Amino acid sequence: MSSEIEHLESIANREYKYGFVTDIEADALPPGLNEDTVKAISSIKGEPAFMTEWRLKAYKQWQKMVEPKWPKVEYPQIDYQKIVYYSAPKKGPKYESLDEVDPELLKTYDKLGIPLAEQKLLAGVAVDAVFDSVSVATTFKEKLGELGIIFCSMSEALKNHPDLVKKYLGSVVPATDNFYASLNSAVFSDGSFVYVPKGVRCPMELSTYFRINAQNTGQFERTLIVADEGSYVSYLEGCTAPQRDENQLHAAVVELVALKDAQIKYSTVQNWYPGDENGKGGIYNFVTKRGLCHENAKISWTQVETGSSITWKYPSVILKGDNSIGEFYSVAMTNNYQQADTGTKMIHIGKNTRSNIVSKGISAGFSNNSYRGLVKVMKSAENARNFSQCDSLLIGDKCGAHTFPYIEVNNTTGKVEHEATTSKIGEDQIFYCNQRGLDTEQAVSLIVNGYCKEVFRELPMEFAIEAQNLLSISLEGSVG
Amino acid sequence: MLEIKDLRTAIEGKEILKGINLKVNKGEVHAIMGPNGSGKSTLANVLAGREDYQVTGGSISYIGEDLVELDPEERAQKGIFLAFQYPVEIPGVSNVYFLRTAFNEIRKANGQEEVDAATFLKRIKAKMELVEMDKALLNRSVNEGFSGGEKKRNEIFQMAVLEPQLSVLDETDSGLDIDALRIVAKGVNTLRNANNATVIVTHYQRLLQYIVPDYVHVLYGGKIVKSGGKELALELEEKGYDWLKK
Repeated sequence: MSSEIEHLESIANREYKYGFVTDIEADALPPGLNEDTVKAISSIKGEPAFMTEWRLKAYKQWQKMVEPKWPKVEYPQIDYQKIVYYSAPKKGPKYESLDEVDPELLKTYDKLGIPLAEQKLLAGVAVDAVFDSVSVATTFKEKLGELGIIFCSMSEALKNHPDLVKKYLGSVVPATDNFYASLNSAVFSDGSFVYVPKGVRCPMELSTYFRINAQNTGQFERTLIVADEGSYVSYLEGCTAPQRDENQLHAAVVELVALKDAQIKYSTVQNWYPGDENGKGGIYNFVTKRGLCHENAKISWTQVETGSSITWKYPSVILKGDNSIGEFYSVAMTNNYQQADTGTKMIHIGKNTRSNIVSKGISAGFSNNSYRGLVKVMKSAENARNFSQCDSLLIGDKCGAHTFPYIEVNNTTGKVEHEATTSKIGEDQIFYCNQRGLDTEQAVSLIVNGYCKEVFRELPMEFAIEAQNLLSISLEGSVG
Repeated sequence: MLEIKDLRTAIEGKEILKGINLKVNKGEVHAIMGPNGSGKSTLANVLAGREDYQVTGGSISYIGEDLVELDPEERAQKGIFLAFQYPVEIPGVSNVYFLRTAFNEIRKANGQEEVDAATFLKRIKAKMELVEMDKALLNRSVNEGFSGGEKKRNEIFQMAVLEPQLSVLDETDSGLDIDALRIVAKGVNTLRNANNATVIVTHYQRLLQYIVPDYVHVLYGGKIVKSGGKELALELEEKGYDWLKK
């Protein structure tokens, strides 16, 4: 019996497969943060004056704020003056075709198994690749352009569509929202911008692959997606990072605006370097993701989180419009010494608003995995409905799973349901698989993937397969 | 094919099997009968390699190999199949996906090529008909929400698809109505040939009306106390086990 646990543990203890560093010269600001850093970033990027002001306001606010201490995660104090806030690949940030892209970068994609060229041809996915904070490859732009869809880097959006950015940036996550969001607002280097016009159904999945590369570089992505009335868009965000010894800070902000009758589906597969098996290194991932639903609008967040040494992330939906719908589907897997404090917030403001939460936590090794969710039904939200399902799966006996549901109901017509389960992978299940010819590692992977099925089926097809592979990789070494 | 010599096993320090001797040749069907707690299921699980059961003495040789040294998955890959008394549920994993994974793992281990989903579906069609398996069960999660009879039939279906050399049926008849029993028996009888062997572990003689064994062994107190032909099963049905306990 004990050797079963050991085997479970050893599967969780396999080394990170995507640990490699691409050698591209970086052009970076010196470490440290002050008003001049903020101004320098804004000036390097050639931003309009309103943006510089907006960043400075955020910076001033940030100086007055303190890091949140309520999450169930522990890490050494971060010295924000030691972080490099801007670095860009030396070669020009824009390319007309893949031929012009740094071959080193293309090789990196190859190693990750996401060859850009192939994706272009096969998957019909437009990829806006963010590499060390500057977008270096944008594809399918013309095709989207015909439909009036804007899909570009935030820098380009600020140049070409400043009014749209001005109108919506910070409208869901204000520059003063929280410690990490304010930091991001002050120093974000780039990110993605999407605008889908009225009544347009975006014909392809929009996708951005993020990679953190230069050492000691905080990565501050800013994503803004606006779906105009009656439109639909599905957006994929996938991340892997090279292996690092030092902790890297990542504080992204994602804002979604779904206007009347619009739908946004936002899917994430997150596989940043989780640290080694002793908990050394790894990405600190402090992310603010929030969407705003107008009347009859719908926002779905689907996330598969397997990476990062620390995850602090609560993709949320503000259900402002009547009859709007918010969904959150999550798989969070932690192994070794990883710590995840993740969940969602569903804020019901409009009448007949609905929200659905499915959270699957998997803990292995010495990790800690917490679900933290808020369901808030405001006084105005007549007939609001919520259903939450939070399941935790434990592998081995040295990890922890925690659930912190917060429920606030201020309208008596509201109906809020919460179900939670905690289970361990049964030895009976493993033996059953063994007896059918599967080794224990495969058995655990199969069982865990089955456990996550409800979430995986919300992902677009190619992504679902990638997610399953990722989960199997992350599980490696967790089973002994 | 299988030779068990003076096998002793313990679970958490308690000795269950106290010296079992059994020889199974190709083409034979052996029935292991005995009252509750006699060690029948232990024997089945030990053959499959369940870790909780420690082999404390004796030997098991299977096609010339020391079975005790092999991991459960290696035994499965070498053709040992256990039809579980309590088939396990695996939520979210479709029955057909599970079975194809098993099928391919066994093929891989034997140096054969893996089979894709479409080919696999064709291959299993006849086997489904054999055990009168509802097609809908293929896409349901493994054993989840299956009735007792469906679970047992699913075990025989898996057996039919995996075509093991040595099948061990652990109380497959328990909880089955007559129709299900007949279907299960039909499956086992159809699969039976000169190159494989079957060990049926059962408490009742009922199943043996449908699957006629070549040998019947009575297990009591961790030992085989009597062996005989198929008539022994009838004798047990008539007299019970008490006369053997003395």
